[in-house]
Amino acid sequence: MQTFGQQLINGLSLGSIYALLALGYTMVYGIIKLINFAHGDIYMLGAFWGYYSISYFHFNFWLALFSAMVVCAIIGVVIEYFAYRPLRHSARITALITAIGVSFLLENGMSYLVGANARSFPQAIRVVTYHWLGLRVSNIQLLILGTACALMILLEVIIKRTKMGKAMRAVSVDPEAAQLVGINLNQTISFTFALGSAMAGAAGVLIGLYYNSIDPLMGMTPGIKAFVAAVIGGIGSVPGASLGGFIIGLLETAVQAVGLSAYKDAVVYFVLIVILLVLPAGIFGKRTREKV
Amino acid sequence: MLNVKDLVVNYGAIQAVKRVSFNVQQGEIVTLIGANGAGKSTLLHTISGLMRPASGSITYLDQPIQKLAAPKIVRAGISQVPEGRHVFPGLSVQENLQMGAFLRQDHAAVSQAFEEVYTYFPILKKRRHQDAATLSGGEQQMLAMGRALMAKPKLMLLDEPSMGLAPLFISEIFDIIQAIHQAGTTVLLIEQNAKQALKVADRGYVLASGQVKLSGTGAELLATPAVQQAYLGG
Repeated sequence: MQTFGQQLINGLSLGSIYALLALGYTMVYGIIKLINFAHGDIYMLGAFWGYYSISYFHFNFWLALFSAMVVCAIIGVVIEYFAYRPLRHSARITALITAIGVSFLLENGMSYLVGANARSFPQAIRVVTYHWLGLRVSNIQLLILGTACALMILLEVIIKRTKMGKAMRAVSVDPEAAQLVGINLNQTISFTFALGSAMAGAAGVLIGLYYNSIDPLMGMTPGIKAFVAAVIGGIGSVPGASLGGFIIGLLETAVQAVGLSAYKDAVVYFVLIVILLVLPAGIFGKRTREKV
Repeated sequence: MLNVKDLVVNYGAIQAVKRVSFNVQQGEIVTLIGANGAGKSTLLHTISGLMRPASGSITYLDQPIQKLAAPKIVRAGISQVPEGRHVFPGLSVQENLQMGAFLRQDHAAVSQAFEEVYTYFPILKKRRHQDAATLSGGEQQMLAMGRALMAKPKLMLLDEPSMGLAPLFISEIFDIIQAIHQAGTTVLLIEQNAKQALKVADRGYVLASGQVKLSGTGAELLATPAVQQAYLGG
């Protein structure tokens, strides 16, 4: 029971990071039907921004988190503008391959600029471990879980309540009709990239704090796992991405807890295969509906 | 008000609109009738800025608009009710209407527009918190019209508003089109339902294979044997 509780907490904090990343995948897919494979690398850039801003500018944790979100939002918008916008009317496969190219560019560009070696993330917050009912919970875990949940709620409010959020939903269901009411497609798509990339930036700073180690290739595996999370939740669905993230985090932790650490990635991909076979639209995926 | 001159629009490899000219004067209801594939929807999409003409011009209030992007055309006062309603599923009725006022900043005027729309379509007020996808076809048509009205257009483009609707709904929709027109909005109406359209229209144009074949007042066209034969079933 104790082990179970312990793993549950570990799984939830890891899962909340996958959830933040998965949100970006699902929102971008929802609006332009592109699987943005460079998304994991935005998370890497967020971690590096956190690293430099804390080490060299002496930002505190909150300022590092907030500035990483802003910087990543800008990078996301710039990438969309230069890499994806010119391909708006091309085949989907063209944009997909471009996304992979952008991913390579960011990974190798960073390796070239800052070096490929891993470095330890500065301790922006002193680790305090609480002992409750035999469970060990660090303040970092609580911080990650709390921050991630707060950001997800904020995102939900933006999408559901604000004018731009409603415009995003309108564009994702019917871009042509959205233009006929005066919604600017490009602005709305930029806004979506900004939101998704800001979430990835936040996830990058949080993971730096959690694992203490960052390197230019750190975005690859979490990026793919977050994509799996988005698929499990139903790609295009925002609550689905959050739920999928938590499922992957818990699953991965559970696999490690039973002593199969070597297979933790394999299990995630196995789940992806099973989901695609039995529930291709994901948990919250919409069956396409049409009305004439 | 709207002046279309020698307009040519290509749709892929097909020339869908071939040197079409027509005009709409302020305060009129003008109808374009024609069979499926006559180029009617292409024409409206070009006016709304979703498609670009290959040649020719579209002037609105003496300004050329054929190169403007869709949001600018909405801002200038032209709103389209697209064929097949195209309401936003997943958004509530109220949110759909709110999107219609996307470009308007004046909150007082927007709430007044809500009241106006709910006066034309009381059913939408009753269903305002419902997902637009759950509405019937007729209600979705009303929502699409309400959404266009939220922008307070000077010129309203309606693309086949009666398509797929029960006869009772059709006459209601046409009554509301006339009410909207009487409240000061100029209307360009595209229809396959030629009889209904010509009855309410001041003037009409008959479009076939991308060209204007006939034009005249609504009553004249209704009495034309060619129109009767082709569109009114003899």
